[in-house]
Amino acid sequence: MSCDDTVDCGRRRLLVATAAAGGVAGVAVAVPFVTSMLPSERAKAAGAPVEVDISKLGPGQMMTVEWRGKPVWIINRTKEMLDSMAKIGDQLADPKSDKNMQPEYAKNDTRSIKPEILVAVGICTHLGCSPTEKFKTGAESGIDPNWPGGFICPCHGSTFDLAGRVYKSKPAPDNLEIPPHMYLGDAKLIIGEDKKA
Amino acid sequence: MSKVNAMLQGTLDWVDARFPLTANWKAHLAEYYAPKNFNFWYFFGSLAMLVLAIQVITGIFLTMHYKPDAALNASGVPVAFASVEYIMRDVPWGWLIRYMHSTGASAFFVVVYLHMFRGLLYGSYRKPRELIWLFGIGIFLCLMGEAFFGYLLPWGQMSFWGAQVIVNLFSAIPLIGNDLSIWLRGDYVVGDATLNRFFAFHVIAMPLVLIGLVGAHIIALHEVGSNNPDGVEIKKKKDANGIPLDGIPFHPYYSVKDIVGVVVFLFVFSIIVFFMPEGGGYFLEYNNFFPADPLVTPPHIAPVWYFTPYYSLLRAVTYPLFGIDAKFWGVVAMGAGTLIFAFLPWLDRSPVKSIRYRGPLTKWLLGIWVVGFFILGFLGTKDPAYKFFGFIPGAPIAQLLSVYYFLFFLTMPVWSSLDRCKPEPDRVTMK
Repeated sequence: MSCDDTVDCGRRRLLVATAAAGGVAGVAVAVPFVTSMLPSERAKAAGAPVEVDISKLGPGQMMTVEWRGKPVWIINRTKEMLDSMAKIGDQLADPKSDKNMQPEYAKNDTRSIKPEILVAVGICTHLGCSPTEKFKTGAESGIDPNWPGGFICPCHGSTFDLAGRVYKSKPAPDNLEIPPHMYLGDAKLIIGEDKKA
Repeated sequence: MSKVNAMLQGTLDWVDARFPLTANWKAHLAEYYAPKNFNFWYFFGSLAMLVLAIQVITGIFLTMHYKPDAALNASGVPVAFASVEYIMRDVPWGWLIRYMHSTGASAFFVVVYLHMFRGLLYGSYRKPRELIWLFGIGIFLCLMGEAFFGYLLPWGQMSFWGAQVIVNLFSAIPLIGNDLSIWLRGDYVVGDATLNRFFAFHVIAMPLVLIGLVGAHIIALHEVGSNNPDGVEIKKKKDANGIPLDGIPFHPYYSVKDIVGVVVFLFVFSIIVFFMPEGGGYFLEYNNFFPADPLVTPPHIAPVWYFTPYYSLLRAVTYPLFGIDAKFWGVVAMGAGTLIFAFLPWLDRSPVKSIRYRGPLTKWLLGIWVVGFFILGFLGTKDPAYKFFGFIPGAPIAQLLSVYYFLFFLTMPVWSSLDRCKPEPDRVTMK
């Protein structure tokens, strides 16, 4: 563009500067609108820890409690269950729980504080469905003749063992999340809080 | 009588001096010249407009009774779920309005898929109609968004878990994914905040964009003129008055033809609304008659039929690539599967537009693609472990067909130019 009789470059520059300033203002105005869609203060505050009494949870039984709107499973694993888990390490994607899906105190073979009691968030790490319990072993489970018991996700077929560890070559990339938790007594659990906090 | 006529003419003149009423009537209806050889496939554009009208009108009346509230009422049922039951049981004729809306959603996809297939058959996306096609793709994407947001509103089990899965798809995007899905939900789980914003998207944001795009689609169409089953330009041969020799005015010729289509469509639509509104579980899924329960996923979850081909593409990817999870690539496949249609005008290098003059290669490849699309759709409604006849596993077939789905488009520049085409006629034919 050349400045001549028909183009007033001073005014053209002013136009460009005004349009640029208007554009910046427009983008700035979008910020409160976009931010308003983030979780509200109330939603952020809703994550209070939950207290659970597990005295009635017999061996081989499972219970579900709600924490932050998600299902949290508590499973009282039997000796046989724990033994079967130890044998399937080579079929799992992350048998040693190397990925950061659990607090430090649950990074062990059983992914738990007490070996028999598993506390896990029952949300598949693939797309967030809640897996179904398949505690029946072998062909009776309808999964595999050698099925040692665990969970299968109804959405995309990911399978997990009784410690929430994901099997290899399944859509879910990670083991189930172990939430922060601690024991207040022998049969009283608190989920969502641990000794560090 | 002549006095009345003069008065009406006077009123029209008064309006025309202030608003181009007659000019628009002529430009878009009475003097919009459409090719005279339109066939069956040309019903679905006007039918899509009809369904849009049905959805808007029934939707307005549904919002008068529906409540987007996930809180539990006094009897322990979510308010949103209960308000849909209320519409079905207590609102006079509420069941009819709601069934028209839910059937309309499926009908919308039926007519839009057929309308798009017409474009594939006759090369309606080719120059100079690329923008019509792109606006159309925009409408298609909008429609998918509209269907997805609307599906959460009844707050049933499928509503809840469907939204949970789809929103979690975004969490597969590296780095920003988790924050993005939290931003979309407005909470750490699908909840009241999600329901409220989906309601806002469904009843106002998406419909506004949709109607704007439909306007642009039609303005672009009326600028360049309609394609036809022969794929030849009628504007190349005009009479002394500049009117295409093979064109006839849209009104009354096609307005009347389209009314026949509307009548037939409404027969079928009414049969579904009155006698099979659930569509065998394909239009309204049975698990959605249970209120949303964030603690339990139903034993089998699948999207509504119109999303299932893309859902199969999503599930087909089970291998990680370049160090990123399979989950992310599944999402990419699903997105690419819908967006790839947008590139058709530039992928198709055939010297002719219409399937009538294209060679056997095109017919076979397109035929296989359509069959594949149906099989992918069917498998998408099934469990991943589904076996045909009890012994042919569906999963590898879905993977094979997914590869074909993309190869069809990606290799189109090659095969479309290699094909043995027949010569196009000078003017349209009446078959």
